[in-house]
Amino acid sequence: MSQTATLLQGDEDTFDLRAKLRKSQRAYKLKSLALIAPLFLFVLVCFAFPIGTMLSRSVDNPEVNTAMPATTAALSTWQGNALPDERTYVALIKDLADAKENGQILALSKRLSYEIPDYRTVITKTLRKLPDDSAASKRDALIEVDRAWGDVTYWKALKQASSKLTPYYLLASLDHRFDPAAGSIVKADPNQSIYVDIFARTFYIGAIVTVLCLLLGFPVAYWLAILPEGKSNLLMICVLLPFWTSLIVRTAAWIVLLQSDGLINRTLMFLGVVDAPIQLVFNRTGVIIAMTHVLLPFMILPLYSVMKSIPSNYVRAAISLGAHPFVAFWRVYVPQTVAGLAAGGLLTFILAIGYYVTPALVGGAADQMVSYFVAFYTNKTVNWGMASALGSLLLIATLLLYVVYGKLTQPTQAR
Amino acid sequence: MLQPYASPAEKLARFALVSASILILLFLIVPILVIIPLSFNSSSFLTYPMDGFSLRWYEELMSSQDWQQAFKNSFIIAPGATLLAMVFGTMASVGLCRGDFRFKSVVMAFLISPMIVPLIIVAVGLYFFFAKLQLLNSYIGLVLAHAMLGVPFVVITVNATLQGFNTNLSRAAASLGAPPLTVFFRVVLPLIAPGVISGGLFAFATSFDEVVVTLFLASPSQRTLPLQMFAGIRENISPNIAAVATIMVVLSVLMLLTLEVLRRRNEKLKVKQE
Repeated sequence: MSQTATLLQGDEDTFDLRAKLRKSQRAYKLKSLALIAPLFLFVLVCFAFPIGTMLSRSVDNPEVNTAMPATTAALSTWQGNALPDERTYVALIKDLADAKENGQILALSKRLSYEIPDYRTVITKTLRKLPDDSAASKRDALIEVDRAWGDVTYWKALKQASSKLTPYYLLASLDHRFDPAAGSIVKADPNQSIYVDIFARTFYIGAIVTVLCLLLGFPVAYWLAILPEGKSNLLMICVLLPFWTSLIVRTAAWIVLLQSDGLINRTLMFLGVVDAPIQLVFNRTGVIIAMTHVLLPFMILPLYSVMKSIPSNYVRAAISLGAHPFVAFWRVYVPQTVAGLAAGGLLTFILAIGYYVTPALVGGAADQMVSYFVAFYTNKTVNWGMASALGSLLLIATLLLYVVYGKLTQPTQAR
Repeated sequence: MLQPYASPAEKLARFALVSASILILLFLIVPILVIIPLSFNSSSFLTYPMDGFSLRWYEELMSSQDWQQAFKNSFIIAPGATLLAMVFGTMASVGLCRGDFRFKSVVMAFLISPMIVPLIIVAVGLYFFFAKLQLLNSYIGLVLAHAMLGVPFVVITVNATLQGFNTNLSRAAASLGAPPLTVFFRVVLPLIAPGVISGGLFAFATSFDEVVVTLFLASPSQRTLPLQMFAGIRENISPNIAAVATIMVVLSVLMLLTLEVLRRRNEKLKVKQE
């Protein structure tokens, strides 16, 4: 009897204990989450949200539908086979008058000119001679002011531009546009097809810089990895000091070195290699030299750490088994560095395609990369849709490459 | 090292490796060193041979309103951003290391994502966002933006340090009756301090270096040192740029040395623990 009583009590105790344990574990977990929460929210609000908004701006299309609400509504049922009905023309006159009043006309005509470049003059002309109430048929009156209003293409373009979302900016970033007349996606006009070239140039410069970094980084990393600790630590300063020095300082240094009466040109002339100073800066050469210098530590450091972890006895074993030292290096050592090479190369490439400051300072007009145009459309022409679309494509490219990078570095971490 | 019985071809290969490496290391370090003497040049040309020694460019910096303001701005924004990044980053890292919950790696990837995204995209995104919040052209906006860019470095370094932290130490402290905050400040923090400080140094360097985001968010009166340099180089590169560059190189050397001292201390601690 008394035994069962204690047993029962013991059961109750363990039950109680289990609940307590669960409770304390939950509290512990909550506390952990509470510690992470501030930073999580901070990054969410100050990073993820703004970038998300920017992404949405690349398809956002507010200009026409906010400036012309009545016309947008009237056009919503229009099929596009014939000219719109009288009701739409009345709405157009009202909207244009209102837009002129509340100052939305500039944004409106700018947006419409993206669809048909000529639209800006059509709007200006129409505003100057806006038909009044006396006109019997608003349609005839408007067509008289500007023949464009009798052209279905212009109406189709207006309807297309009035939708809430638009593929216009993303298509334009890829040198394509939606042709309202044909109803399909076509290549953009040659004089507006600059963006594919800009992306190609960005990737090309990124690739050259990456290859140069690989070529220059490999021997240095290898040498540092096989040197005794003390010596390699000392030489490491040559890699770490540039790594820690401000990007802008290094860019300034290269301008000083490469300018026409800079140290390099003077040395070349002194040595008699060239007779007159050669142009090394404010062109592609300058961009590639400066960017290689800036990004080289990002290649050397990961390569060095990979090479440091490669045991030297594999190569020694290969040699002792009769392999020529060069063959042993090439067939045994180099394959073990491939993961490091790929990771370092990818990291360099990812960083390179996002560069803005160095090309802006050291490059000429033909060496500017995607980042420059994102800045240009944000600050100079205030074409936020275009800035966002170019930025979104750059972001997508970066993230895709980063996923590959993650895949490459994961197995080495697991090992 | 090369064996004494190495063949001539091997010796040649080694010689090629060493000389190429030395040239590449010179390529890395010389541009930074070359600009330093030029800041003491008495002529206004940024080239060698130098005319004579002078401190006139430093004097010019001292007397220039714009540069004074830029120094001040950098030393307001960078420490503010660093402090914010260190506090939030350390808290989050401690939280991440405490429990193993399901989305740990996803959360970690999210927290270090500001490091991956091209700066121009962060800049444009924040420009639109801060315009709505009236945070453009404000110190608060810049501190928040720079802190966000520095956070990944703090999270990464502190996390790495915590991997080697013996959790039994904090358990022991707690079992002896120390409240959680005391455990953190008296036991955990002193041990992970090297990681926290080096993360902070990275965050400081990030903010102190930052041009692109600042370009979009700052008004002329909030120009930081690198931004003022950026504007100066665009206009006309003069020796006072070399003077600022020299000051910034000295700062990077100091940071590098601090980091090295911290690394050594950390290694010693690890050896002791083992």
